[in-house]
Amino acid sequence: MAAETSVPVDTSAAFVLGVTSLIDWAVIAPVALPILGGALLLMVRHRTRLHAAVAFAVLAATFAACLVLLWRVMGEGTQVMTMGRWLPPYGITFQADMLGAAFATTATFATTAAAVFALRDINATGRRYGFYPFLLLMIAGVNGAFLTGDIFNLYVWFEVFVISSFGLLILGSERRQIDGAVKYAVLNLIATTVFLITTGYLYGVFGTLNMADIARKADGLRESGPLMTIATLYLLAFGMKAAAFPLNFWLPASYHTPRIVTSAMFGGLLTKVGVYALLRTFTTLFPVERAVLSDVIAVVAVLTMVLGVLGALAQTDIRRTIGFVVISGIGTMLAGLAIGSPLALSGTVLYAIHSILIMTALYLLAGLMREAGGSFSLHELGGLYRSHPLLAAMMLALMLAAAGLPPLSGLWPKVMLVKAAIEGQAWWLTGAILLSSVLTTIVLGRVFALSFWRPQQALATPADTRPIDPIAGYGTVLVLLVPAVWIGLWPEPFLRIAETAAAGLADPGSYIGSVFSAQGGS
Amino acid sequence: METALTGLVGLFYAVSIYMMLSKHIIRVLLGIAIFGNAVNMTIFTAGRVLREVPPIIAEGRTALDGVTANPLPQALILTAIVISFSFFAFLLVLAYRAYQELGTDNTDEMRIAEPEGEGLPPLGY
Amino acid sequence: MQTVIFRTAAPYLASLMVLFSVFVLLRGHNEPGGGFIGGLIAASAFAIYGIACGVAPVRRAMYFHPMAIAGFGLFLSAAAGLLSLAMGVPFLTGLWTKVYLPGVTIDLSSVMFFDFGVYFVVVGAITSIALALEEREED
Repeated sequence: MAAETSVPVDTSAAFVLGVTSLIDWAVIAPVALPILGGALLLMVRHRTRLHAAVAFAVLAATFAACLVLLWRVMGEGTQVMTMGRWLPPYGITFQADMLGAAFATTATFATTAAAVFALRDINATGRRYGFYPFLLLMIAGVNGAFLTGDIFNLYVWFEVFVISSFGLLILGSERRQIDGAVKYAVLNLIATTVFLITTGYLYGVFGTLNMADIARKADGLRESGPLMTIATLYLLAFGMKAAAFPLNFWLPASYHTPRIVTSAMFGGLLTKVGVYALLRTFTTLFPVERAVLSDVIAVVAVLTMVLGVLGALAQTDIRRTIGFVVISGIGTMLAGLAIGSPLALSGTVLYAIHSILIMTALYLLAGLMREAGGSFSLHELGGLYRSHPLLAAMMLALMLAAAGLPPLSGLWPKVMLVKAAIEGQAWWLTGAILLSSVLTTIVLGRVFALSFWRPQQALATPADTRPIDPIAGYGTVLVLLVPAVWIGLWPEPFLRIAETAAAGLADPGSYIGSVFSAQGGS
Repeated sequence: METALTGLVGLFYAVSIYMMLSKHIIRVLLGIAIFGNAVNMTIFTAGRVLREVPPIIAEGRTALDGVTANPLPQALILTAIVISFSFFAFLLVLAYRAYQELGTDNTDEMRIAEPEGEGLPPLGY
Repeated sequence: MQTVIFRTAAPYLASLMVLFSVFVLLRGHNEPGGGFIGGLIAASAFAIYGIACGVAPVRRAMYFHPMAIAGFGLFLSAAAGLLSLAMGVPFLTGLWTKVYLPGVTIDLSSVMFFDFGVYFVVVGAITSIALALEEREED
């Protein structure tokens, strides 16, 4: 409209004028597709027969978009799209570097597996309540957090997946779910609010919210601005989201209450978003502050690793056991952040990918054990080795993976982290990583021994068991185990992804350049 | 102006944290409501309090004349208000359901998900 | 809240508020107003109607389930952003066009449809929360 009344304005300094080709949309598709699908399912919420089909179509398309994105990032480096044509730092930028693209692909893969599991686990009531829409909106939020290049937008995506996770958490409205949801909701709300406060301060200091722009300006403001305060507050906020000790108590209080498929997605994805945000803020934005805080992060990492797994030792309910194992894994990832060398960071990235797959699979397996043995309690389970040998094999594989033993995916990231810790002269961190691995072996080994090798218990209620579905039951865990075995036996492709991601984190120059070269170019 | 607002923000935080330390869910919720407002004030103050002139480019011009208000913090605050509002609405419903189902609003007594005296897992077989 | 005056006035009040909310929504195109605030006004209209006449009449009057309305809004907003796919510009770019009807010219834009979407999201989400709270009070 302004063009009618005034002379034509040269907009090349404000707008992206180049043509956006179809393949550029791969940056936004992993977020836009699930939002559209989730919205569509909310509209037809009573046609529950449609839900699963639409959800699978959308998830498949999302996964394909993630793969295209990953392939483009591997070939051409960081992919950028700025919303509404405004040039960065004015427009909200979506920016997929190797870290974000790899995490988004893994997360979508794990969610798809969980959605297949939900075919059996979620009944018509749960679907009418909106399981699949919430699932799609949650994966949209998670992918958005992984792919956005704007720190306030990161906050918005955090809220998107947190709000969707509320819906999933109280699906069914049992008393224990409401109890767990109260603690989960209040503590997560406080964590995201601390994130928001810090972002407010950050904006006050930097006058920008684009992460590449912040990284570019951080050096100049380090003397005058309170960057240390901002970094510490981010550690607090994201540490709480990632369930790092001593801010982890909401996780064991709530993750065992919802449906097992919901637990699986939460345990696999949500804490990893916190880890991702820590990696992003502490390596791309505030590398100097990370070095100063590295001792604090190391102490937090050791305590999270060891106390997490010690908590797992004391649990009777296998879902709560796995919850504590998730926390212990977060500690291992924080150890890599504390060391901060490229090797340690690539170890953390690979561990996070492994953890998304394995923790999802562990929860799903717990669900299968419940179907086969009629209970989640270690007091009541027993005799599953004789009745379900395939289940026993999968449990053994997951135990090896979670503990970091060969030939599964946990080995290589732990090797990298241990090596990096030795190189960094952090002997106690090395010790803690190895100790937590030993204790994880004991924890999951005991679950294996009690529920599989031990003879069937008289306490169990056989009426509560049901046969395991070959596809929605065994199939989902097996599908999740495929990449886990792949990482274990032939890690080179995954190592290359992790190393590229870590190199991008250690040298934010390319991350900054990918956003601001667009200004001169097109 | 910023100094006065900063003092107010500090007061908001003090009140909200005091409320959130309570055992009773309803006080925690009131604390969270104040916490959300404190954050909005923080962002507003962090964006600097400038002139009360709307940042609209006059007809026939291509740039702003003089100092205007900073529109970005207001956009951020609006987003934050929307999110905290929907969160708060959800939490109200949840707390009410929790009060109905669990019969208490004392977080110390909400032990359905984590029963007390659960005991150790079997130590051998 | 079951006074005769309130129950008689509520339907008129509610319909007036819904009308006003549409006005605020459209006004938000160039002046203060917009989808969010318009949606809140409409949602409070439904809430008032619910307080006066009970939740069941509101659900009947709305015909669609509030969450379905919110889903429609989300879909509309996302689809408005996706329009730029056809134009070769990035996601959520504002696109403008004019429609000439006899006598008037209407400016249409993807921004406006995005705002309509926001309106429906807010109406749906807030109404469903409000109705949930009002239902609890009855039993």
